[in-house]
Amino acid sequence: MIMLDHVTMRYPTVTALDDVSFRVREGEFVFIVGSSGSGKTTLIKLLLQEIKPTVGEIVVDGMEYSRMKKNEIPMLRRKIGVVFQNFRLLKDRTVFENVAFAQQVIEKTQKEIRRQVPATLTMVGLADKYKQYPRELSGGEQQRVALARAIVNEPKIILADEPTGNLDPKKSLESMRLLEEINRRGTTVLVVTHDREIVNLMQKRVIVLKKGRLISDMEKGGYLDED
Amino acid sequence: MKISTLGYSIRQGLKNIRRNLLFSLASIGTIVACIFLFGVFYAIVQNVELTVRSIEDSLTVSVFFDEGLTDEQILKIGEELQTIPNIASIEYISADKAWEAYVQEMYHGDMEYVNSVFGDDNPLQNSSSFELTFRNIGEQAETVDQVKNISGVRKVNSSDTVANSVSSLNRLVGYASISVILILLLVSLFLISNTITIGISVRKEEIAIMKLIGATDLFVRAPFLIEGMLLGLVGSILPLFGLYFLYNAVTKYLMGHFLIVENMIRFAPAGEVFARLVPISILFGVGVGFLGSFVTTHKHLRV
Repeated sequence: MIMLDHVTMRYPTVTALDDVSFRVREGEFVFIVGSSGSGKTTLIKLLLQEIKPTVGEIVVDGMEYSRMKKNEIPMLRRKIGVVFQNFRLLKDRTVFENVAFAQQVIEKTQKEIRRQVPATLTMVGLADKYKQYPRELSGGEQQRVALARAIVNEPKIILADEPTGNLDPKKSLESMRLLEEINRRGTTVLVVTHDREIVNLMQKRVIVLKKGRLISDMEKGGYLDED
Repeated sequence: MKISTLGYSIRQGLKNIRRNLLFSLASIGTIVACIFLFGVFYAIVQNVELTVRSIEDSLTVSVFFDEGLTDEQILKIGEELQTIPNIASIEYISADKAWEAYVQEMYHGDMEYVNSVFGDDNPLQNSSSFELTFRNIGEQAETVDQVKNISGVRKVNSSDTVANSVSSLNRLVGYASISVILILLLVSLFLISNTITIGISVRKEEIAIMKLIGATDLFVRAPFLIEGMLLGLVGSILPLFGLYFLYNAVTKYLMGHFLIVENMIRFAPAGEVFARLVPISILFGVGVGFLGSFVTTHKHLRV
């Protein structure tokens, strides 16, 4: 589903990723962990084609990034549902409108939006909050709206960037359980985090980055002490 | 683009205008000024052209022949004149007709007096001629040269001064209007571009999210393109109403108060002027709006 082949990303003053290679199979749940400056953000930007690698190849669902035309980038991004750090919800829109936004953007009809959005909100447990604005919601609820927006288009991959960053441990675990549930339905899940507790608790595959290099890749791994 | 997406883009375009009302109004204001001035110049050009055309129609050039030409030879000259493209009409003025016109003009048709002085003589016996009108008065000199080269032509009477003045005036009005319109066009483009840039910066976060969740380039840009076109549309329609009333009032005033104007100039009817001005102005306004937003979104919204 996802393949990085000797990917290096150099900026003028720093090498953010250095010869990183790994594969993620369809339906896997993978944590990508590392401290600040480890290259996590660069990896997300590369996967979303916001930037191009200096060296190496990335393939997602059969789409080779090096051969991809500009007009194919939106199609690639539609395969990846993103849960952004700090949620990035639209403050002037209700919960329903925030989730519907993801469908409008890919030109779904109003009929499809009316069918799909309530179903997704029910799945994340926010069916009764659809009229509320983000400011009226708790951190955990905002995070679930962000998750609903990421999954409403039924992407093949969910990419969650620090999804527990602003949540207390209980809400973080709830959020992870929700991602696990989405993963059980067949969606590949990539969680980029430095939340040690959650990583250790979930017992999933863990890829560890340090100063741009991949230093560990373990099935049912944990957060290494030296990280 | 789907119809639902078009509806979405129009709604978003209107929302952008509302959110950014002050700059939107400034953009509309400039387009209003631009179209208003364009309309004023257009009306002037139309009427100058109309006047030029009527002068062109009334300006005649006389072609006189060598003495003693036969009717066949004169007919042949007429045929040669017909092959010159710039000649709009040819009329044969016989010596008798020329004398009649002269008597009418100089002696107010007093045949008794004329007969007492000239008897049966026709002093203009060798003055039969062709009277020509030209399609384009600006090319009069070249055409006259062509006519002079025809065998049997003795003299060509023409007035270069009138022809040159009329075509110079026409050119001057044309150049002046193009210059003013170009300047206003640039100002309009600049203001629309500013308005759109502000709209983009206000919606920066939303646009960033849109791009990352799979919006196409066109989907992201469409609301801004529609915003630009709506500004252009409103900005072009508003001054047309003002121009219509102003045109009627000014022509009525000039005709009513200045007799000399009434005698010299024939104003084009408002309906005739606006039948062209309305579509041109709307196309111009919408085009400027589209161009301004197209360039700006191309610069700021690369997916």
